[in-house]
Amino acid sequence: MTATPEPRTPDRPPADIVFDHVVKRYPGQETPAIDDLSLTVRAGETCCLVGPSGGGKTTAMKLVNRLIDFDSGDITIGGRSIRSVDVTSLRRDIGYVIQQVGLFPHMTIAANIAVIPNLLGWSGDRIRARTDELLDLVRLDRAFAKRYPAQLSGGQQQRVGLARALAVDPPVMLMDEPFGALDPITRTEIQDEFLNLESEIDKTVIFVTHDIDEAIKMGDRIAVLRQGGVLAQYGTADGLLAHPADDYVADFVGADRGLKRLSLRTMREIVAPDGLPDDGSGPSVDADASLRIGLSTLFAAGTDSVRVTDGDRVLGRVSLAQLQGAVSGSTV
Amino acid sequence: MTGLPAQVIPVFSGTECSPDDPLCWSWVTGNWSSVLAPALVQHVYITLIAVVAGLVISLAAALFAFSRDWFATGFGGLSTLLYTFPSLAFFIAFVPITGISLTTIEIGLTSYTLLLLFRNALTGLRTVPRNAIEAAEGMGLTPAQILFRIRFPLALPSIMAGVRVATVTVISLATVAAAVAPLGLGKPIFDAIHTLFDTELVATGILTILLALVADAVVLGIRWAVTPWLRAAR
Repeated sequence: MTATPEPRTPDRPPADIVFDHVVKRYPGQETPAIDDLSLTVRAGETCCLVGPSGGGKTTAMKLVNRLIDFDSGDITIGGRSIRSVDVTSLRRDIGYVIQQVGLFPHMTIAANIAVIPNLLGWSGDRIRARTDELLDLVRLDRAFAKRYPAQLSGGQQQRVGLARALAVDPPVMLMDEPFGALDPITRTEIQDEFLNLESEIDKTVIFVTHDIDEAIKMGDRIAVLRQGGVLAQYGTADGLLAHPADDYVADFVGADRGLKRLSLRTMREIVAPDGLPDDGSGPSVDADASLRIGLSTLFAAGTDSVRVTDGDRVLGRVSLAQLQGAVSGSTV
Repeated sequence: MTGLPAQVIPVFSGTECSPDDPLCWSWVTGNWSSVLAPALVQHVYITLIAVVAGLVISLAAALFAFSRDWFATGFGGLSTLLYTFPSLAFFIAFVPITGISLTTIEIGLTSYTLLLLFRNALTGLRTVPRNAIEAAEGMGLTPAQILFRIRFPLALPSIMAGVRVATVTVISLATVAAAVAPLGLGKPIFDAIHTLFDTELVATGILTILLALVADAVVLGIRWAVTPWLRAAR
């Protein structure tokens, strides 16, 4: 790699997004689309908005970049009301990713990524350096820069969509079912990469999905909306799974929420060094595997405990009772 | 008309041409530089002016009409009305105002391109993928930036399809226009109609057809050049 003449885009700190008693009513409709929504997405966190169709999750997201305007209440980003900022500059400071990607078919990948940098008057060198940096970040070969969107697969297009949204390093990102149109394998792959990427780039993200499993995987916190745009519950995945606020949320997160909680923690977290002694026998799982994998391994082998290994090292053994204890809420 | 005798006795340079010969090659070579080539150049010039003028007016009108339905309806109606006028009558109608001149011909020809070019441009601007527009709005492009940077380039295939039909139409209509002002390939055709000698008529006719084919290929070439994304193979 050659040294670039200009410094990389300075990191812009993420900002809180606060919904303060927001109401949105569409004309001619009796019930509001968003009803008195108050929630705070903390700086650097990912908030997944989930809910049924018509639950207002996309509407709630589009209120933030004012693709839809709310009727009352307020939304602030980093303490500033979104209504106090010019709508064009507001949107340029918010990365926007949609399910159908919406790449511009007549522009090369590089040109797609450079749309907003160009409008902001960046120099050619800075844009080229940033484009390379972004292609690396979303794990696309730099040779893609000269291709057109139609030459890319769905997964590759969505990577470009991500790169484009990140072009000017916005403090906030809005993502509307970004991986919803991808096949399951590509989807899992790009979800994992986005999680990785999020640890490199510090962004406040609002992520809309109808898939509770995706929300559990991607979200630091999950906001469950119900019909009529009412917030049913807002909390961490673990909180929602362990203590659903009501039958609606319990139903929404699924009857298998006990199993889902197993996915949230790793074997490393529950293996106790002074726990069961290792007798060198039975199945083993990696320390970074989820409890769900641990349980599955244990069931498949028909034993009542499993060895937890970290490379060549054996960390200890975990019993069925420990796994059960980890999800039933009691201490391990 | 003082030119009448010259029309009755067409310009022969090769005496070996018989009036019954449908296409006498020695006449074509003998009159290429004095009759055919100048008429061809003139015809290209007439066509170019009409199509370019029509395109400029139509694009401006389509961009303006994009967010103004009243104008789209009005301009669409006007261009349809102009298109329905019989061409010869339309050319003659302007003679009292602009005389027997190139201007008269161009007014007529340009008017005929408007319907095709305006409709195609407006349709192109309107049929852009919805999700590209949603992304553009969400990213913070202004309506004008979306119109000029996204919709306009994406309308190019449709615009060029209009240019193709308009160009060929103008080439053929421009021959009729020579009945009003003796310019272009129409002039030798009208000259020859009044004689028993067929070669001038046939040669000019073939030349007009060739011009239309070449012009069509040129427009296709321009379309190819301005829409690189359409030929990007997967």
